[in-house]
Amino acid sequence: MINTTPLSKNAAPATHAESHFDRKGLVQMILLGLLLLLPVAAYFLGHTYYVNLASRVTIIAMAAVGLNLAIGYGGMVSFGHAAYFGLGGYVAGISAYHAFDMTPFMSWPFSVPGSDSLLVVWLAAVVLCALLALAIGAISLRTTGVYFIMITLAFAQMIYYFANSWPTYGGQDGLPIYIRNTLPQVGNNLLDSSDALTYFLICFTGLMLAMALTSRLMKSRFGAALTMARLNDVRLATAGVSPYPIRLVAFVISAAITGLAGALYADLNGFVSPSMLSWHFSGELMVIVILGGVGRLYGPLAGAVLFVMMETFLGGITEYWQLFLGLVLLGVVLFAKHGVMGWLAGSERNE
Amino acid sequence: MSEIVLSLQKLHKRFGALQATNDVSLNLRPGEIHALIGPNGAGKSTLIGQIAGSLRPDEGRVYLADTDITHMSIAERARLGLGRSFQVSSLAEPLSVMRNVMMGVQALQSHSFRFWKPVARDQQLLKPAYEALERMQLSHRAWTPVFELSHGERRQVEVACALALKPRALLLDEPMAGLGPEGSAKLTELLEALKLEVPILLIEHDMEAVFRLADRISVLVAGSVIAHGDSHAIKQDPRVREAYLGDSDA
Repeated sequence: MINTTPLSKNAAPATHAESHFDRKGLVQMILLGLLLLLPVAAYFLGHTYYVNLASRVTIIAMAAVGLNLAIGYGGMVSFGHAAYFGLGGYVAGISAYHAFDMTPFMSWPFSVPGSDSLLVVWLAAVVLCALLALAIGAISLRTTGVYFIMITLAFAQMIYYFANSWPTYGGQDGLPIYIRNTLPQVGNNLLDSSDALTYFLICFTGLMLAMALTSRLMKSRFGAALTMARLNDVRLATAGVSPYPIRLVAFVISAAITGLAGALYADLNGFVSPSMLSWHFSGELMVIVILGGVGRLYGPLAGAVLFVMMETFLGGITEYWQLFLGLVLLGVVLFAKHGVMGWLAGSERNE
Repeated sequence: MSEIVLSLQKLHKRFGALQATNDVSLNLRPGEIHALIGPNGAGKSTLIGQIAGSLRPDEGRVYLADTDITHMSIAERARLGLGRSFQVSSLAEPLSVMRNVMMGVQALQSHSFRFWKPVARDQQLLKPAYEALERMQLSHRAWTPVFELSHGERRQVEVACALALKPRALLLDEPMAGLGPEGSAKLTELLEALKLEVPILLIEHDMEAVFRLADRISVLVAGSVIAHGDSHAIKQDPRVREAYLGDSDA
């Protein structure tokens, strides 16, 4: 039944996709291969520092994958994604703090204990970030353009100042996580999260899942509606789909991904502070998405690699490394509209 | 009432001192093309806005069949079967023709919160979209991105998008605008074939097309319907001649 319809037209877009497949697929394979193999090699050569650096790249890439879903695929330029990154981080930090102290996080109206289980922390981070994004998105998405940028920034800054001035969890000094949250033990010590390589592999798996989810989502009916909401929301409404709920759900998913990255980040550093919530970080995530290629699946990864490498290696040479970041960003915006991925892998057709 | 597909009842809309729509009542019957004409500034766009849902009337009601749609959103009206095209074509240009048409099919089948199944091979979406394109004689362009299409083809895509909704009524806003004589003739032919299935409310500047296509014509001047009838009656009407001659270079 399925193959007897006159819709053999798939041949047309397929041949187009194939002409790009080699180069694009190759670039993506190389990128992933390097990200996976370099830390493994570094680990066995005894350079834990580089393993943790790779974890950092991976987590920031994951946060940017979340933001890319909002900006690149949904056309919602959020300047407040640090709110979700930071909230995820604080969920990990506060949970570990109470587990360490053996005090409850709250005792009324019902008791919520702390937890040092990564699975619990991740679940809590995703749920809380989704709820926060639901509230912020529900209000912010009534505006568009510059107003949307500003209102998302304003909400994030409110949360930043709140964290800054709440002494219970360290205020502006931040909150240390003395022992990294753990995964349930499976027989032997295979999943020891305090091991640098194991933790990198956890982060890498998270990034892969986030990218797979994005890719799958954008091919679905929901993705089709979100794409239409970005390109022409009047057309979407005229076709019978209200743009607002579509955007809101995409915004919530985007925030949940970024929030999960935040939880991973806090556990990587053993520390969470208000700087994770600040607008600087929102801006850095935007820079990463633009560097890598807005609306490209591998864009956030390419952007994060470039950004963290420049920060680490140029930052080691000169404290004015952001001057060079600015020049690179200028180059990308002027000469490679589709970011590093567009430049390396060629432009992408929508169909 | 049940014989009338779309009905406007005593619509009023005011912008400050300007009475943009003044007591307008119109209806659309099965199998007809009802044309709405009027000089620039007569309030056609405001009226379309109130029918399609981008504007709310101050007073009056809009019915689609027996359903009061006066306070519904654009999307709700579309799902109930009000298809429309725009004066300046409004499509997602980077996407293929098929993708544009599929959206209406998708809206009709269920809500869009389906996150897993890829649309690219979803025959439930592809088949009806393809059929809508065939009706507009555009199936050979199904996988062409909209930005590569000619002006006339875009018009046809817009109508195909509306057809994907299996509409009960079509609202076409100046579909002939900017078309050459050939494109205009082709679209006229397509619309004539279409009207038996879906009645059309046609807003049009091109008088020749209107007189050829329309079963009934209403003339809108300064927010009010000043005349109403078949093309012969409208051609003869002195008020219409006056309005058009007086405003011809406005």
